[in-house]
This record gives sequence, C-alpha cells and structure tokens, in this order.
Amino acid sequence: MDVTMNVNGDEVTRDVEPRLLLVHFLRDELRLTGTHWGCDTSNCGACTVWIDQQPVKSCTTLAVMAGGHDVRTVEDLDPGTGLDPVQEGFMLEHGLQCGFCTPGMMMTARWLLDKNPDPDEATIRECISGNICRCTGYENIVRAVRWAANHEADATANQPEGASA
Amino acid sequence: MTVTEEAPLSPAGNPMGFGRMIRKEDARFLRGQGNYVDDVNLPGMLHGAILRSPYAHARIVSIDTSAAEAHPKVKAVITGKILETLKLAWMPTLSYDVQSVLCTDKVRFQGQEVAFVVAEDRYSARDALELIEVEYEPLPTVFDARHALDADAPIIRDDLDGRTDNKIYDWEAGDKAKCDEVFANAEVVVKQSMIYPRVHPAPLETCGSVASMDKVTGQLTVWTTTQAPHAHRTLYALVAGLPEHKIRIISPDIGGGFGNKVGIYPGYVCAVVGSILTGKPVKWMEDRSENLMSTSFARDYHMTGEIAATKDGKMLGLRVDVLADHGAFNGVAQPTKYPAGFFHLFTGSYDYPVAHCNVRAVYTNKAPGGVAYACSFRITEAAFLVERMVDCLAFELKMDPAELRMKNLLRPEQFPYTTPTGWEYDSGDYPRALKEAMRIAGYDELRREQAEKRAAGETMGIGISFFTEGVGAGPRKHMDILGLGMADGCELRIHPTGKAQLRISVQSQGQGHETTFAQIVSHELGIPPEDIEVIHGDTDNTPFGLGTYGSRSTPVSGAAAAVVARRIKDKAKIIAAAALECSVDDLEWEHGRWFVKGDHDKGQTIQESAFAAHGTLELPEGVEGHLDASVVYDPPNLTYPFGAYIAVVDVDMGTGHVKVRRFIAVDDCGPRINPMIVEGQVHGGLADGVGMALMEVMAFDENGNHLGGSFMDYLLPTSMECPSWELGETVTPSPHHPIGAKGVGESATVGSPAAIVNAVLDALQIRHAEMPLTPAVVWRAIQGNPLDRPDLAIE
Repeated sequence: MDVTMNVNGDEVTRDVEPRLLLVHFLRDELRLTGTHWGCDTSNCGACTVWIDQQPVKSCTTLAVMAGGHDVRTVEDLDPGTGLDPVQEGFMLEHGLQCGFCTPGMMMTARWLLDKNPDPDEATIRECISGNICRCTGYENIVRAVRWAANHEADATANQPEGASA
Repeated sequence: MTVTEEAPLSPAGNPMGFGRMIRKEDARFLRGQGNYVDDVNLPGMLHGAILRSPYAHARIVSIDTSAAEAHPKVKAVITGKILETLKLAWMPTLSYDVQSVLCTDKVRFQGQEVAFVVAEDRYSARDALELIEVEYEPLPTVFDARHALDADAPIIRDDLDGRTDNKIYDWEAGDKAKCDEVFANAEVVVKQSMIYPRVHPAPLETCGSVASMDKVTGQLTVWTTTQAPHAHRTLYALVAGLPEHKIRIISPDIGGGFGNKVGIYPGYVCAVVGSILTGKPVKWMEDRSENLMSTSFARDYHMTGEIAATKDGKMLGLRVDVLADHGAFNGVAQPTKYPAGFFHLFTGSYDYPVAHCNVRAVYTNKAPGGVAYACSFRITEAAFLVERMVDCLAFELKMDPAELRMKNLLRPEQFPYTTPTGWEYDSGDYPRALKEAMRIAGYDELRREQAEKRAAGETMGIGISFFTEGVGAGPRKHMDILGLGMADGCELRIHPTGKAQLRISVQSQGQGHETTFAQIVSHELGIPPEDIEVIHGDTDNTPFGLGTYGSRSTPVSGAAAAVVARRIKDKAKIIAAAALECSVDDLEWEHGRWFVKGDHDKGQTIQESAFAAHGTLELPEGVEGHLDASVVYDPPNLTYPFGAYIAVVDVDMGTGHVKVRRFIAVDDCGPRINPMIVEGQVHGGLADGVGMALMEVMAFDENGNHLGGSFMDYLLPTSMECPSWELGETVTPSPHHPIGAKGVGESATVGSPAAIVNAVLDALQIRHAEMPLTPAVVWRAIQGNPLDRPDLAIE
C-alpha cells in the first residue's frame, strides 16, 4: 500500500507492506541509516525518531502509522548549517563511544531541551531512561545534555527548522 | 617529551601527544553517518535468516524445506545436510572443539542454528522460516552445571568419539600440598561458595555480516561484526578451505563488542555459503533475541573459595574450586595454554604465600561462549571471587574491610611481583590507590553516617573492591589463539608533505582508536594528530594482528604504534643529518624536529625530513628513500593495571530495592593517552558492574528454556540505576611498555561488581548472597534466607 509522509522536510511516497516497521522503512527504503535497529521491543531506544515532534521507538511503529505525519531523524539534526547544540555537547563531553545509541539518544535529548530548556540532572536521567547505552555509563551523556542546555542560547540562530516544540 | 609533560597544542588546538582531545570519529557518528554492518547495502543483495531450535536438546528426525523453497522470494534454503556436502556442517571453535554450523544430528541448546534461508528481503526470509517443517524428538536436558557430571546426565557431545560424560577439562594451578598444609594449621579458615551467573555482553548492535563472493575473481569480501578481522580471515581460510589471499574481512563501525564479537558464529558462515550458492551478496543480521540466546555469553562460574588467615587478619593462603559451565560447545576465546583463561590470576592483589585452584569445565544444554563481557579472559570472575572472600573474612573477623585489605595488599617494594601461580605483575602501588579512593569517598565519614543511620533504623552499605588486571595478551611464546601468536603489526607511512597514515591491526568498537593512536604517533613524532589518519578494521589495508579484546589494544598495538614511530624518528635523523650535512651523532631531538646540538636554529622538522626522504636528497649508503616503517610488536609481558573501588548503597528494607548512591573509582592504568577516553571507558565498565551486581542474569527454566531472550527480560542498567561516577587516578607506569601505558577498557567491569555486592551485604550485615541482587533476592536475604538458591531460574 502507498504511504506518504514528510521525512526531514521532504515529502516521500512509497509502496510498502502494511507490516513494514518504520525503522526498516527509514533504513532500507529511504537509506537513512542513522536510525538504528537494536532490540525489537521498544527497550533500547536506538531507533528513536520523532513523529510530529514527539519521540517514538520506530522499531515498534509501522511505517503506515507515520502516513500523513512529520518524521524527523538524526540526519536532520545538522542540516548543514552547523551542529545542533546537542550534537556539539555529545562531542565536547564525550557523550558517545561506539555511536550506536547516539542518534536515538540525541533525538530524545533534543526533545527534552525543546520542552524544558534548563533540565536538572534528575530530569535528564529520567528522560533518557528509555535509551540504553552500553558504553558510556550515561555520565557523559548527562553532561552533554547539560552542555547543550547551557549553550542553547548561543545557538538559537542556527536552530534547524521544526526543532522547537 | 616525557609522558607526564603537558603536550603543546597543534594548529587545530589538539594536544601534540597526550591529553584530552575530542574524538576524530565523532564527526560521522553525530550525524548518523556511521557505517555499521547493517548499513552496508550492495546491489542485488539478498537477506538471510536462521531457523533456530525451540528445544534445548532434541534429535532432528526430519527437515522438510519444500514449502520454503517454493516461496516466490526465496533464493536458497540451506540445511546441515547441504553444508555436509561442502564439509561445512561443523566448524572449529577457538578452543579446539567443534561447533555445529547448521544442525545435522541433534540440537544441543535452545536457539541453535538449524536452517538458513536466503530471500530477496529480510521479511520474506523470516516468512520462509515459518514454512520449514522440522520434526524433533526431545531428549533429556542438563542445564545446571552442578548436574552435568551426574551418572544419569544425558551425554551432550556424543558427536565426539568416545564421550561418556560431559566433562571438558579439569585444570589446576598452584601447589596443592603446600596449600593444604597451611590450611590445616591456620587459626582461621573462611569458606564461601558463590555463583557468578551467566550474563550477556549485549552490545547495542547485534551480530551480523554481509558476504559477497565474486565468482569471477574468487574474491570473498565479508563486512562483519568482528573484533578480530585478521583472525577471522585466517579462520575462514582454515574452515572453508578458501585461499586466504582472496579473503577480505572488513570490520566497519562496530556498535559495541565487549567480547561478544570475537568468535565466528554460524550465521557468518551461512552468509558466506549463501553468497557462494546464489552468486549474490547476502546479508545476515540477527535480532536481539537471537543475540541473547545464541551468541557468546559470559561467566557461569560456580566458585568455592577458602582463605586461611591468622586471627588478626593476615592472609596465609587461598584455595579455590570452580565448576565452569561452557554450554554445548567449548567456544571460549582465550590463549590456548590457559583453559580457564586468566582466572589463573585468582590471588588478585594480595600477598598470599600459597594458593591453589582447580577448575572443572562441563558441557550443558546452553549456548556456547564464556569469555566475553569485558572479562579480561576471566579475571572478572577471579576478581569477584577474591574480593568477596576478603569481605567474608572481614565479616568473620569483625574487621573493617578497608583495614583488612590495607593489611594484606601487595606492597610497592614487592614489584615486580611473582604470584604463587607464576605470573609477574609489572608495577603497582596498591595502598596508594586504596587510600586515594578512601580519601575521595570520605570513608571514615561514611562509616560514621552508616552508624548513625543504623541507630535510626535506616540501611546503607559501603563496599570496597580492589582489583589487579592482567591485560595485553600477550607474549607470543606463551599466548596464541588457535596457533596464531598474539603479536600485533603496525605500519606508519609519512607522506611527502608530512601527513601520516597509521595502519593498525586492532580495530575499534567504540574505544576511539582513530584518536588515541594518532595521539601516540603525535607524542612520538610531533606531527599534529589531525594530520595522522588511523586505518583499521580492513584486512586488505592493515597488517596482521589478533584484534581488540582483553584490553589489549593499547598494551600491544599501542606499543607497536610507539615503536614504529620511533623507527621513523630514527630514519628521519639519518635524513636530517644528510640534509644538514652533519653526523647523526651531532643531532638532538625536540618534539617534532631534529636539530644540531649547540645550534638550535639549524635543524629539520619531521615534515621537512619527510619531503627530503621522498625528494632528490642524496642519502647515505644503504639508506632507502621514503619515510615508512613497519613493526611487529611482541609484548614481553602482560601489563597489570589496578584500581580501588568504593560503592555506597541504600537499601529499602521494605522492598529490597538497592540504590547505588555513590561510586568512587580510582584507576591506575599508567599514563593516560587521552584522559577523556580513559574516563569514558571506566564509566562504561562501572555501569556494567551495576548491571551484573543488581540486574543481569541469563535464567533458564527446568526444560532449558531461555528466560532472558529480550531486553524486557534481560535487564540492562539505564541512566536511572547509575549514579554520577566519581573518578580518581594514580599513575604507575608499566616498566616494559614503550610509553608505560597499561590498558583500561575492562578494568571497571572487572572491579566494580564486587564493590556493589559487598556494599549491599554490608548494608544487610550478612555474609553472602548471590548476584544479581534483585529486589527479590535482597528481600529474601533480609528474611534470613540468602543462600538458598537451588538454581538460577527467576521465580
């Protein structure tokens, strides 16, 4: 069946099986491989993307459920005008090692900061608790999000379109 | 430049040597541009899927693949019978056993590989699995190692000639007679049994590969989740009889390894066979359930320790008995001479005059593996045992566990120290590390707080562990895997403009090799790290070596990088002398430049030497042009990093819930090349410790059914279970490593579980309870029944 959705600002239409998962649609159909497939059960969050500015686990979302909606993936965080403060925070605070959880983690973090520009450590920890990281022990991810919060004001000029909830 | 001096900054603001440097590899990961195996997409690529056994032990009566073959999108269905015709139904393991690729006789664990389907897309491949009909005849199972040697236990490996039991090996180390004598005369003997449960490394990226056989050229290219691409290439050559020069293994970006990606899995072999049979590239990518149920697990050690001591707490001897559960095939990846890996280092950080250890390993109806999850070839199990035992002794003697450790830790003047089982620790100052951890923790203040809380009816615990790691395997004459010596090659090319490419034999699963190794070369040569490209993970473009696991990259390959850079420096000296028309003896080195002694302005930078080496400069007799070098580094010994950890926990006596309030980790891994990366490695390992101590266990029911086949059942620590880590350091360089570095990747995983368990037991004021200390286990311990765990099944 045909499904049409807006992905990172572009309208895309594809003929897909109704059972196709959104994560596979993004990765295999659109070749947006920044979104990762980690667990199948919504536990790990490596597949986190936004639908209509809300983070969802794309491994347990059907592609057709995103029909008519706006989908945003990690590839849109840096639209070519410079890194998003969240990306910069992850880089400067060493918030990533193998990089596999990073796209989902950053999509969750970006959502949090749009909703709450000045989250404390407990709020950040609770917010990212649906995203598992096996490398960092979370410490530097928390610092990365705090870095982004502290530097958000400097970067508003570079804010990508659709980034504010 | 010495290792402790602060490095000058490069034009890009990076340290020209050691120091905090933002990682080079981050640029692609931050943008979703990493290239993991599942991101590889080749023209005409097909997809494979594996049919797995629902039984833990069952004879295969028949397999009917006709309906699957009739599926319009299926290109091939492969069974063990087909593999038999290719002599690939069985493959060697890394421990001189064999493992079934696709089952021909009987399945031996739940999740074992039975058939492989190749189809046009991944969904169709899975659909076709449903169409394969397999008739099984269930057999009795043995999944508890303690019953594997019972007289009536089913024989799991009847494929091996003459097998009448499930024993794999019986191995011992140390002097039993001397040890028994010490125990017979000791004032105090404390004995404790404990289980290090079966856990799983669970990297966030599962295992998989894309195999592409070019029928015209005979070239096989495999993109695969491997921590050891060169070893895999040789193994494919040995297993499949393919010519090694026609095999290229590419380990692209890897989403975490932790030992899960060292061995060769049946799915990798099936993808290769699938590509050979169909003439198309074939991708196989397992799902999470397959990863947890069939790939290399960790631990599963049933251990009994005994300490002999004086009444005032001087340790006199250590006796250990281990029952090791290796699963259905002996697939451990470790140096051949050490069947129980480096469990051999079981005396840990203490001055035991005598020690003895016996390890019996058995087959069970569970998945194979055993050496994984950042275990440093089973030092994790040894460190846990010895640190639990020390706390048991402290419990019985009513001594403070810090005081007891301080009394028995090896002293700085004992180094280099030879253990009772013959291993030589290179360097260490253990009391200094423990004191530093106690200082950061505010240990005395914590004990005061604990006393006040106890008086008020609240429960907090303080737990210590001190570990000694042995990493950097290893000296060729002692250490090999399947006959391949554990030395590592390294090549450095300085281009005419002074930019460099470093080719290393190890590869990264997130450790940041592209940054750290550039810093090593920068430290040696003064070339800015941004001008040094580190090439890894591709057998066609890197020298041979055994790969990244056992914290061996920095101790072995890092040493190779330093040594190859020194060769370049030596050659640059000859070139500079020729260019400056002076003797090499007249030259002196400063960071990045040779200059004439007494005439500082007269000199040549390494970049100028590089251009001269590629130019027309007349070189001395016997000196070749260009500025390249290669080495093979054979480490003279392991390096022995160590650390002191303190955990502070609060226990809810109503629910049994444990909250890790603080965790203090003082690590000594020698000089830190990039302190930011080192701290990140430690953070990750500490989270592993929280997981193993409190959450993680691969449980099985009485029929061998796996009860932890997804992340809904196999619990990993999240940001909520982890505290904000408090790190400290001491620096004791390795005397035999070119830059003194010791390796740190697994230290925290090795050292942290015991600290947390000790803290919980300290809170409850009981001697022992088994990991993982889930609320149910803790609650039961609170009720006075901590030891009664007849099996590991979750109630």
